[in-house]
Amino acid sequence: MSGLQDALDGLFARYAMAIDDDRLEDWLGLFAEDCRYRIASRENVEAGLPVSVVYADGRAMLADRVSALRRANIYEAQRYRHVIGRALVEAGPPAAARAGYHVARIMREGDLMLFSTGEYRAAFDEALRIREMTVVYDNARIDTLLALPL
Amino acid sequence: MQDLSRLPAWPGPGLTRVPFEVYRDPALYKAEQERLFRGPAWHFLCMEAELPEPASWRTTFVGETPVIVSRDRHGRLHAFENRCAHRGALICLGEGGRGRRIQCVYHAWNYDLEGNLRGVAFEGGIDGAGGMPAGFDKARHGPRKLRAAACCGLVFGTFSPDAPGLEDWLGPEISTRLARVLGKPVRLLGRHRQMLPNNWKLYVENVKDSYHASLLHSFFATFRLNRLTQEGGVEVDDSGGHHASWSRMRTDRPNEDYEKGGLRAWKEGYALADPRLIRGRDEFGDGVSLQILTVFPTFVSQQVQNALAVRHVVPKGVDRTELLWTCYGFEDDDPELAEQRLLQANLVGPAGFISMEDGAVGGFVQRGAAGAAGLAGVVEMGGAGAESQRGRATETSVRGFWKAWRAVMGL
Repeated sequence: MSGLQDALDGLFARYAMAIDDDRLEDWLGLFAEDCRYRIASRENVEAGLPVSVVYADGRAMLADRVSALRRANIYEAQRYRHVIGRALVEAGPPAAARAGYHVARIMREGDLMLFSTGEYRAAFDEALRIREMTVVYDNARIDTLLALPL
Repeated sequence: MQDLSRLPAWPGPGLTRVPFEVYRDPALYKAEQERLFRGPAWHFLCMEAELPEPASWRTTFVGETPVIVSRDRHGRLHAFENRCAHRGALICLGEGGRGRRIQCVYHAWNYDLEGNLRGVAFEGGIDGAGGMPAGFDKARHGPRKLRAAACCGLVFGTFSPDAPGLEDWLGPEISTRLARVLGKPVRLLGRHRQMLPNNWKLYVENVKDSYHASLLHSFFATFRLNRLTQEGGVEVDDSGGHHASWSRMRTDRPNEDYEKGGLRAWKEGYALADPRLIRGRDEFGDGVSLQILTVFPTFVSQQVQNALAVRHVVPKGVDRTELLWTCYGFEDDDPELAEQRLLQANLVGPAGFISMEDGAVGGFVQRGAAGAAGLAGVVEMGGAGAESQRGRATETSVRGFWKAWRAVMGL
């Protein structure tokens, strides 16, 4: 079990650093081809309401999200800093796990805020690629906009 | 009534210059709460689908004022301030509830679903000591009530006895446009809540501004979902305050002005890896792929292909606004359409491919307007009036907003 624990902690760390380093293309590489990824509020998830703020059915849609951020969408320069807690391994292999996160957002002009807290609920394939992930964010209100993935 | 004489005078009789102070002046913000939000206008409270059961209630806001909207056990709608008549605490914390009485947690005063004070804890004292004076009349104490009414599954309320009926307030064109998208039983899909770093009017102007859509929102234009060359138009009602802008899909044609403009939005060869996202269904049967509608002052109805939502703009201070999105489909959606709505929800909301910029752009104006007392913005695309127009390279409905705002504010 400790091997899987280490592997999942390492995977969440790579997930976080890829976003925080602005290596979103590397972040895409953590997902399986037929993955499902969504970012949804705790409020909606707990009420059984299906809408998400970001929903990708397949890695191609996630790739479209990244290319839109690179080429189409306009947003002020910003970075995230993730802190992800130790993964709670719930099954595996194939693995399923939860992990809590804090994300601080740092704007170009230097303002820093605690932008989001929440948890990852993830399931992985045999190769430990993300097959399914729901990012459940606790903060019902999103400040200004959500551009980068959480 | 506050003295507004120290506010800067509106520059001239027209609607083409908007003083930047209207977004920043605290006295004006307070005056809006009184004259507009507690004045003779109807304000969105919730969807009927959010209040489906008899003997239930929800919390909402009219301007800054906390409000409870309720459905009594006979199914009738009511609305009243969410403020205990005793010490002013919120009567209802949270989203809402159900039952025949709503009880304030502080001293357990309770109210029926029409907002009448029904119970005062220990009204007769304890063992003959304390209690309220004998002459205390519960009927004379209670939160202020609103008139509540529904149209097209949308519940509105007004504090004003002088406001016309809701149907007259909306008018026939806007009612027809609302009924176009809200014609059958609704299924709620969820909510988004977004905090905007700007005055509430900047968001409402942005929604009414069809001119910016293909310029700021590059995603939309890139995939030819919304080019100004598409067939479309802007309808503005006689008051100016309500509008509906629309465009029809697959009527796109080459337009030299557009191409020559060298717009940032126009990026040839950019294709989606998975185009399922933008494959809409013509569910209303009229080819209209986009309809954005506002009801003055703070309600928005949105159809972006099959992504349907209502948005409620809630002022939280002169430079802070909460935007509440309620996404919906219909009870008779087939599984394919239900999934399509969830995919197209990516287009809108706080992370929307075509709406995320709107969350920030009001803040750009709010910041830009610092130190701009005495200066004014220019709103002159499409002329100086606020009439309905073909095409969408116009700011006619933005001028309409100011026409209605000036009338109700007396400025």
